[in-house]
Amino acid sequence: MEEKAKDKKFLVSVGPHIRSNVSVPRIMWTVSAALAPAALVSVYYFGVHALLVIAACILACMAIEAATQKIMGVKVSVTDGSAFLTGLLLGMNLPAGVPLYLPVIGAAVAIVITKHLFGGLGYNIFNPALIGRAFLMASFPKLMTTWPIPAGGQMLVDAKTGATPLGILKEEGYQKLLAHFTGQQDMYTSMLFGNRGGSLGEVSVLAILLGGIFLIAKGYINWQIPVSFIGTVAGLTWVFGGDPVLAMLSGGLVLGAFFMATDYVTVPQLNRAQLAFGIGCGAITVLIRLKGGYPEGVCYAILLMNCLTPLLDRAFKPKKFGEAKAAA
Amino acid sequence: MTRGTFEMGGIHPPENKEKTESLAIVAARLPERVVIPMAMHLGAPAKPIVAVGDLVKKGQKVGEAQGHVSAPVHASISGKVTAVGNFPSPMGIDVPAVVIESDGLDEWVDGLVEHEDFMSLSAGDLRAIIKDAGIVGMGGATFPSHVKLDPPKEKKITAVILNGAECEPYLTSDSRLMEENPSEIVEGIKIMMNVLKVTEGFIGIEKNKPAAIEKITEEAGKVACEIMVETHYHRDGMVEDVAAGCKMGVHVLPLEVKYPQGSEKQLIKAVTGREVPPGLLPMDVGAVVQNVSTAAAVYEAVRFGRPLIDRVVTITGPGIKEPKNMRVRIGTLFSEVIEQCGGLTDEASKVLMGGPMMGIAQADTMVPVIKGTSGIVALTGEDAAIFDIGPCIRCGRCVEVCPMGLNPGLLGRLIETGRFEEAKEHGLMDCFECGSCSYVCPSSRPMVQFAKWAKRELAKKKK
Repeated sequence: MEEKAKDKKFLVSVGPHIRSNVSVPRIMWTVSAALAPAALVSVYYFGVHALLVIAACILACMAIEAATQKIMGVKVSVTDGSAFLTGLLLGMNLPAGVPLYLPVIGAAVAIVITKHLFGGLGYNIFNPALIGRAFLMASFPKLMTTWPIPAGGQMLVDAKTGATPLGILKEEGYQKLLAHFTGQQDMYTSMLFGNRGGSLGEVSVLAILLGGIFLIAKGYINWQIPVSFIGTVAGLTWVFGGDPVLAMLSGGLVLGAFFMATDYVTVPQLNRAQLAFGIGCGAITVLIRLKGGYPEGVCYAILLMNCLTPLLDRAFKPKKFGEAKAAA
Repeated sequence: MTRGTFEMGGIHPPENKEKTESLAIVAARLPERVVIPMAMHLGAPAKPIVAVGDLVKKGQKVGEAQGHVSAPVHASISGKVTAVGNFPSPMGIDVPAVVIESDGLDEWVDGLVEHEDFMSLSAGDLRAIIKDAGIVGMGGATFPSHVKLDPPKEKKITAVILNGAECEPYLTSDSRLMEENPSEIVEGIKIMMNVLKVTEGFIGIEKNKPAAIEKITEEAGKVACEIMVETHYHRDGMVEDVAAGCKMGVHVLPLEVKYPQGSEKQLIKAVTGREVPPGLLPMDVGAVVQNVSTAAAVYEAVRFGRPLIDRVVTITGPGIKEPKNMRVRIGTLFSEVIEQCGGLTDEASKVLMGGPMMGIAQADTMVPVIKGTSGIVALTGEDAAIFDIGPCIRCGRCVEVCPMGLNPGLLGRLIETGRFEEAKEHGLMDCFECGSCSYVCPSSRPMVQFAKWAKRELAKKKK
């Protein structure tokens, strides 16, 4: 007994010797799960092809990540869920009818250029899925703006295409948009439940909202960015004479505010800095929507604010213990 | 008055105290051999004053303090000195130590001075007794107690605070002591209040120890009217201690359960609302903090003349067969203590001195219990896994939990790339290595290790 104790050697490391159960894979898979209802709703409205687009994005992101890490000679970490989430988000940012080579190109841009060339997980400056989308938007403008009309699960072969509500608003005005619905109330509910054209992730505001609120309730994301982002869009739209409710419900705003502008890596860490980040995102979105060439500006707004993240981190620092009292 | 807790940051790790929280303290077997390190405290190590072959009695001084920030060391058993040399200590390094083989008699040294009316002793006398008894911070920091009780004259101390938070998971030694020996603890704080001429004492205890709160509150309620001694400085230079009458109160404050409540600065904030500014000490806001075990040791020393030769240790964790709270002689080897708790399980893979947040991992169990050993915690495979370290994903969880208002993730990234000076500008020196950041980090980043490394590199540069 005594001898055994003498011989036995134990693990030696610096504390703490216990860890909470939150891990990177758990975060990534939880966020992915929170997006699942919205993805399912989009498949319901757009049919099997929507499922194929999402699957292609996810598989491409994971395969390309594994290949990139192999080539770069670093540890392959494709099971951490981060590439899966990038793929899912990229899929949610595409129209349902795109040919399946688009997801592959988008995934390559997102994973290789935006993520791994900048150092991999934790070091990228821009949101990978959004860069993927922006690249596709610039390279395939026609395909990226051909919006199938939701058809309640029918195959897309017969599907009609049309403009998104924001597209109609931009080109033809508010009254024309309203004419597509039986009234204002009908327009709002249609937008909320997803009966409208748009990217996969834009169709069901309600499903996205549920996922986002789940993440806030579970502490995975803070309320600061979604609330300040969406609030700023509504407020500024109202100031400039638009319909604030429509502004909140349309486009990729809710998806962007809850799932893209809350990406840990590319947004500021401190709550106050996050408020500033959200307000910035909202202001740029409204600017693009009202004055820009595009009907929608959420994607570029977030990417532009990603550039400012290091500055916001520098401008807003945590208040140190005892410091306020020392100054007094 | 009470805020109930500190405001900034903090975490709630699983408490895991249920195995030992209701087990009474039992006396450990008299050890046959003790290894008594000369460095069981912060500051200069003591110097051995015995030689191989000397016969010593329990309580006899075997190491002399070297300077002010130091503490003497005493024999914890009676017997014969068989070695004086370097031995492994649980702090992870070899230190000078005196080895004593027991004669089995366990006899106290002659000449221990008892003081029945200890409240009438002068501050100077009390301080000398405490210093001579080798009392150091028993919560784990092991700072010599007499130094805290001897602040520079310009620092006006207004509150003595006892730390009964015991916020480390698993540990129950302080809570058992509060439950079983409340009067010693309250007498201890009264003595320290007397030394510092403070009329208000506080004992902060986390609410997960209701029995301790009850017992200590009952005892503190008796402190209605005690004679305080005030020091009068006369014009002719004469210094005189004068009885100042009845004015002393000890307040028990139940605190929210939150780690690291037992950290000095956090406890002062929780109890008094005062914040110790970066780089300053508790005495700069008029506070002196001591552990409840330290207070009991102070009482033992002042009332009975007994130096610090034993302490309560919680031996627990999934790797210990029969967890216990034991009163253990200083110098008893961990292996011997663990053996009296049924031994280690086959799965035990990590043995800590202290709790799982700030405890020190031991390579083996052939190290002695020292004055700061509040617990011996054995973790098993799953708990003690070597954590897979990933990159910082900037999730900000560490910023939310840092009790000092730092950005541990940023500090980690700076230190990782050798930017120590920049880390210092971002508040590295305020970090007291509580490990809350690493605990919540989804990438299990070793922030405490980074902090220790950077501080050492900066200290090297200074030289």
